Amino acid sequence: MKFERYGIGIAKGMAVTFKHLFRAPITVQYPEEKLIVSRRIRGNELVWYPDKCTGCATCAKSCPQGNIEIATHVGDKNNYVVDKFEVDTGRCMFCGLCVEACPFDALAMGSSYERAQHRRKQLVLSKEELQLSDVRQPSGYARPKIEASLPKQSLLIYWDKKEGGQKLSWLGLSKKRGRGV
Amino acid sequence: MTLLEQFRLWLGGIWPDWAAYVLPAVVGIVIVLGFVLTLVIVFIWYERRLLGRFQIRLGPNRLGPEGIFQPLATAVKILLKEDIVPAKGDKVVHWLAPLIVFVPVVMIFAVVPFGERAILADLNVGIVYVVAISSVSVVGIYMAGWGSNNKYALIAALRTVAQMVSYELPIVLSILGVVLVAGSLSMTQIVASQKIPFLLLQPLGFLIFFLGTVAEMNRCPFDLLEADSEIVAGYHIEYSGMKFAMFYLGEYGHALAYACIITTLFLSGWQGPLLPPILWLLVKIMAVFSLIVWMRATLPRLRVDQLMAFAWKGLLPMAIINLFIVAAEVLWLSEITPWLMVAVNFVFAGVLVLLWSKLFTLGGGRVEV
Repeated sequence: MKFERYGIGIAKGMAVTFKHLFRAPITVQYPEEKLIVSRRIRGNELVWYPDKCTGCATCAKSCPQGNIEIATHVGDKNNYVVDKFEVDTGRCMFCGLCVEACPFDALAMGSSYERAQHRRKQLVLSKEELQLSDVRQPSGYARPKIEASLPKQSLLIYWDKKEGGQKLSWLGLSKKRGRGV
Repeated sequence: MTLLEQFRLWLGGIWPDWAAYVLPAVVGIVIVLGFVLTLVIVFIWYERRLLGRFQIRLGPNRLGPEGIFQPLATAVKILLKEDIVPAKGDKVVHWLAPLIVFVPVVMIFAVVPFGERAILADLNVGIVYVVAISSVSVVGIYMAGWGSNNKYALIAALRTVAQMVSYELPIVLSILGVVLVAGSLSMTQIVASQKIPFLLLQPLGFLIFFLGTVAEMNRCPFDLLEADSEIVAGYHIEYSGMKFAMFYLGEYGHALAYACIITTLFLSGWQGPLLPPILWLLVKIMAVFSLIVWMRATLPRLRVDQLMAFAWKGLLPMAIINLFIVAAEVLWLSEITPWLMVAVNFVFAGVLVLLWSKLFTLGGGRVEV
C-alpha cells in the first residue's frame, strides 16, 4: 500500500521546513558582515601606481569611453611627468581594457565595491585619490601575481557563536554541515 | 461568578446602579483590548521572525533587541501614509469596510476565558456567539471589494464569500462534537469539562476545526483572497494608511482570536499544572499560531476549485460522520472510561482521513471528477 497520496506528502513537506528551523541562517548582514569577493573582481575603479606609470597614455587610448584624462610634461631625465590623471567613474563601465593595455602594470582594477557618492563631481577621481590606500586595494584582474596573494572568495557564511559571534566560516564548513553550495 | 461581576457587586454597595454597571464593563474592555492589541503586535513580530527561520533567513532583527520593535515601526510607517480613496469607488462603503472587518474580531474576545473567572462576558451560548460574530467580518471584506471599484478586489471578495460560506459548515459541525461531549455551549463550561483535552478525545474534530479556521482566517494554504500572484493583494488593494492598518490588525486579530478559540475548545484552555492560567493560555495560543506559521511556510496555495472541493467533499462529510460518531459515543460509551473513547476516536480519525485522501486521488491527484 503506497502512502504517498494519503497525506504523507504533506507530512514530508512539513518535516522539510521543520528541519530548516535549525539551520544556520544564510543571511549576510551587509554592513557588519561582508563576504570576500572574487579574486578577479573588476570592482571599484582603478588603482594607479605613480612610480610605475610612464605617462604613455596607452590606457587613455584603449578606453572605449574616453574616460581617462592624462596630461604630462617632459621631466629633467627625459621622461614624462604625469600632471593630471583623472577618471570619470560615472561613465566607467568596468571593462578592464585599460588594465590589460598598460605595458608597465601601473594600473589595476580595485577590489572594493562601495562607490556611491553624493555629488556628481565626486565621481571624477584625481590622481591622489586613485593611488593605493586602505580602501583602494587592487584585485587580481589581469594581474596574476596579485591574484595569487588574495584570499579565496567566500560563497556562504556561517555565524559561529563559539568563536565570539564574529568569525565567518567559509564554504568548507558549510559542506561539512551538509549544506552544499 | 466572574471577576467583573464580583467587582460590580462590590461597587453596587457604594455607587449608583448605572455607574456600578458601566465602570466594570469599561475596565474589563480596556484590559482585554490592551491584551489583544499587544498580543497582535507580538504575533506580527513572531510570525515574521519564525517565517524567516523557516526560510533560513533571520527576519527583522534591527530595531530593538531581536527586532521586537519592528511592528511598531511598521505601524508608524503605515499610519503616516496618505489615505487614498478611489475616485469612482463607493466612498461610504469603502470607509466602513475596515471597521466591519476589525470590530467583530475584537468582539470575539468577549467570551474567551483567560482564567477560571477571568472572562468578559460568560454567555451561556458563548460558542454560538463566536460563530455568529466571526461571520460578520465576511461582510466587511465583501464591502471592501465592492467599494474599491477594482476588479481584483471584487474577485477576491467573491472568493472570500464563497470560502467563508463553505468552511463555516464543517467548523460548526466540529464544534457541535465538542459541545456534545462538554454538554454546554458556555466557554467556561467547555474548558471546565476538559479533564482530558478534547484534542485527544476528538482528533478528527480538531483536524476539521483547525483546517476550517485556517481557511476562515484566510491564511496559507487557503489565502486565495490575497493571492499576490493572481489578484495583486486582493480585497485591500485600494486601501492605504489607517484603513489598511485596520485590515492588517484584523487579519492578525483573527488569527489570535481563532488561536484562542482552538485553545479553549480543544486544548483545555487555561488549564494546566504549575504555571498560572494566563501563562498556560499564552503558551497554547503560541503553539497553535506556530503551527499555522509552519503551514504557511510549507504548503502551496490551493486552487479555487480545490478549495471548494476540500470544503464540500472533504471536510463537510467528515464533519458529519464525526458528529454522528461522537453522538453515538456520548450516548453509549460515556459511562465507561474516557480513554476508550480516545482510542476509538483515533482509529476512526485515521480510517476516515485515509478514506478521504483516497477519494481525493481520483483522477490522478486532480480533484474535479
